[in-house]
Amino acid sequence: MAHAPLLDVEDLTVAFGAQRVVDGVSFAVRRGETLAVVGESGSGKTLTGRALLGILPRGARVEAGRAVLADDRGAVDLLALSERALRRVRGDRVAMIFQEPMSALSPLHTVGAQVMEGLTLHSALRGAAARARCLETFAEVGFPDPLRAFAAYPFQLSGGLRQRAMIAMAMVCRPSLMIADEPTTALDVTTQATVLDLVRRLQGETGMAVMLITHDLGVVANVADTVAVLRKGRLVESGPVSAVIGAPGHPYTRRLIDAAPIAPICLSAAPAGNDAIITIRNLSKTYPGRSLGYGRAAPPVKAVADVALTLARGRTLAVVGESGSGKSTVAKLLLRAEAPDPGATILFRGRDGREEDVTRLEGAALKRFRRRAQMVFQDPFAALSPRMNLRDILTEPLRVHGVGTPAEQRDRAAGLMERVGLSADHLQRYPHAFSGGQRQRIAIARALALDPELLVCDEPTSALDVSVQAQVLDLLREIQAERGLSYFFISHDLAVVATLADQVAVMRRGRVIEAAPTARLFAAPVHPYTRALLAASPEPDLDRKLDLRLVAQGAGDPETWPEPFGYRDDAAPPLREIDPGHFVRCAA
Amino acid sequence: MTRARLPEIAGFALLALGLGAFATAAVPPTPGVAACVAGLVALRRSAAPLTRYVANRCLTMLGALLVISALVFAIIDLPPGDYLSNLIAELRATGQASSVAQAEFLMREYALDRPLVERYAIWMGFWPGPHGFSGILQGDFGRSFELDRPVADVVREGMAFTIGLNLAVVVFVYLTALPLGAISAVKANTWVDYLAALVGYIGLATPNFLLALVLMYYGNVAVGLPIGGGMAREFIGEPMSWAKFGSIALHMVAPVIVIGTAGMAAMMRRLRANLLDELGKPYVVTARAKGVAPATTVIRYPLRMALNPFVADIGNLLPQLVSGSVLVSVVMSLPTIGPTLLAALRSQDLFLSGFILLFVSALTLVGMLISDLLLAVIDPRIRLAT
Repeated sequence: MAHAPLLDVEDLTVAFGAQRVVDGVSFAVRRGETLAVVGESGSGKTLTGRALLGILPRGARVEAGRAVLADDRGAVDLLALSERALRRVRGDRVAMIFQEPMSALSPLHTVGAQVMEGLTLHSALRGAAARARCLETFAEVGFPDPLRAFAAYPFQLSGGLRQRAMIAMAMVCRPSLMIADEPTTALDVTTQATVLDLVRRLQGETGMAVMLITHDLGVVANVADTVAVLRKGRLVESGPVSAVIGAPGHPYTRRLIDAAPIAPICLSAAPAGNDAIITIRNLSKTYPGRSLGYGRAAPPVKAVADVALTLARGRTLAVVGESGSGKSTVAKLLLRAEAPDPGATILFRGRDGREEDVTRLEGAALKRFRRRAQMVFQDPFAALSPRMNLRDILTEPLRVHGVGTPAEQRDRAAGLMERVGLSADHLQRYPHAFSGGQRQRIAIARALALDPELLVCDEPTSALDVSVQAQVLDLLREIQAERGLSYFFISHDLAVVATLADQVAVMRRGRVIEAAPTARLFAAPVHPYTRALLAASPEPDLDRKLDLRLVAQGAGDPETWPEPFGYRDDAAPPLREIDPGHFVRCAA
Repeated sequence: MTRARLPEIAGFALLALGLGAFATAAVPPTPGVAACVAGLVALRRSAAPLTRYVANRCLTMLGALLVISALVFAIIDLPPGDYLSNLIAELRATGQASSVAQAEFLMREYALDRPLVERYAIWMGFWPGPHGFSGILQGDFGRSFELDRPVADVVREGMAFTIGLNLAVVVFVYLTALPLGAISAVKANTWVDYLAALVGYIGLATPNFLLALVLMYYGNVAVGLPIGGGMAREFIGEPMSWAKFGSIALHMVAPVIVIGTAGMAAMMRRLRANLLDELGKPYVVTARAKGVAPATTVIRYPLRMALNPFVADIGNLLPQLVSGSVLVSVVMSLPTIGPTLLAALRSQDLFLSGFILLFVSALTLVGMLISDLLLAVIDPRIRLAT
């Protein structure tokens, strides 16, 4: 169809003071189509979206440009409108949804009230009619029980339902354009797949155009019609998705695509070592139910149930699961940050060949163990004290464990900096002077300071941009080859661990549901949940789109899994070895 | 279903019975108190979470009050030489038979020859004194030795005035701090903000008594506000009438401003800081993206979030006002309970000071209960988590 574009943006320039953060960007969105605006953090993609609605953060202003919105109600230049006139466009003709639905919704108002607000602002509907329209929208975005959702507060809904509420809020006035700013980044992959599908379906039904702001080329390949790639505020490439993703012209786009983690089709299997550094058996952790006051409590929560894992020396074991699967709790128990339920054993066999049960270590022995097992955390911004310079950060573990003289400690810190690819001249600087990827390198250097044997990595790359993510994974791989470290690697993303892990264990609801050598797991996944995870993980490949049928089959609760995998309540079937080294939780 | 509602019905009935007994004074207060406590205990089994919550809070509050009363009594008793012992010692020192006999009588009358625990129990009314059960639980607050009047008579007028003044101050603080704080947050770092900050700092930094003197003088010169006192002279001791009420209200204007300014300034700064944090939150951007007008956005979303600490402050505000206003009361010769407390503490007038301290504690606890209940009302996260 040769429609004139719905939104035609020309030469958009946004500046913070004298610094231009969006510089001369032009693009167009056609009716019923999806434009993906892609870029890494700091590329100006979010500001581009917010500039169109005139909701830039304090200090930023539009310096130049035109953004003509031409829908059924006439054509207007969004950037030239008065604040009052723009307010009538916002939420009505152009709606926006945000990344983190929990913080983007007011916690003090019911979901219904927040969705209704848009209607009362922009339409003549009031009272029962408005309410009916809201409930209708709730049903459209797939709330199983619209009436309940209407009266619920955001904190009473799950992440996926919250994002549906956000979408309902945007859809309720039937906008002609929806700007979605990283709408699925904060969601689990299976939820992401269903939300992306929902947006696409709504688009088909209402003819709405979508401007999707994202860093994830996998998402782009799955839903976009056209793509605009931003870098440092400038447009580096744009065009139909088949051209940009299929045959990228700009080296930056090429790099982004290459850096995106991909679940491999075929992997060579590494020989499995028999020398186990960690052997976990019968590991469970039950948290007491939240106190309801005066002696009454909610039923206890079983965060981890009956986990058995083995990590071979010098190898990587990846534990994969979505939020709430208990994977981080396993890591905490492994490092004795928390005590497991009685009956568990975690055997640690160090280089010296002595075997110890981590669950029973006390005092000096526990301190010795902690020196040999270190951790790298998810958020490099929160994991480093902003009040310590790098030298203090890197020498602190040495000082705590009384290793070396101050001069030796300083030399060691310098050596660590060089090892992770930073200059030793920067030891006097503070963490705020470094980017996310550099900070994660510092965190890795700190974990290496005591020359540990085991490194527990809790989602070390999920807070980083894709290109940086690949570099950090490379660094981890190099260090492993060099020092013979063993990694216990936690991730929510199967694709990230594909190239790093030797063994993968998939967790759901506190239980391991499938564990196998990596090549085997990717080549022949058996459990419906594993298959859903693999199917839901979007990839920058136009020929491998999301398979929602598989996602729907395995992503639900254990009760919804097909025979022989499903179970109710606590009656989980045992892990069975269906092939050497390949375990699946299923009834015989 | 009716079975499930049984504790609720019984609880409310007992509570009503107890409060009714207080109100009509038909029976001595002890059974009334007992009925109230029994009612609250029954309400803890109620089906409605909010009722359970309130019942629990009330019971905790009564427990806290009991502990406070013991502490107050023990601490007042700590320094040697209270008013009565001094009097008895003086009487004994005269050596005259009649004086010694009177001293003995006073000893027995106020059970001074008993151990501390027993005297406390008698004071509270848990234990029979020389005249049977007659303590705070029975509505007998004891006698002020220095003034030689029952404590109830001494504090009655002052207490009513104190509560009235405090309520007026709280209302003043909230009515001024809310808009000023909100405006200075929204217009942060503009002249409006700086002006509000200046007013606030003056309020915080100026000694209250100085402000009192200045305001009394200029208030009188400029608009003829009355100087000092709680009401016009001719109304003192008169029964309450509209004219008297008007006179009290007029006399309260200056004290309310003087006492409230510091609290207002502190609260304004706090609200500004809270609101500034909230203004940058994503849900505010969401509201703007929906096309909500700026003023409505601020009032409907971030301001409501910033209200929590504001409401939680009620409990702290009340005792601060009572103890903080003593000096102002002296300077402005206000008939609040503050100067009475000061005098009672100085002369170690046991029952008078004990009762006033207990009363101020009760006021604090009630303030906290009110703020907790208000929090539950305005914040669903608190309400639905209980």
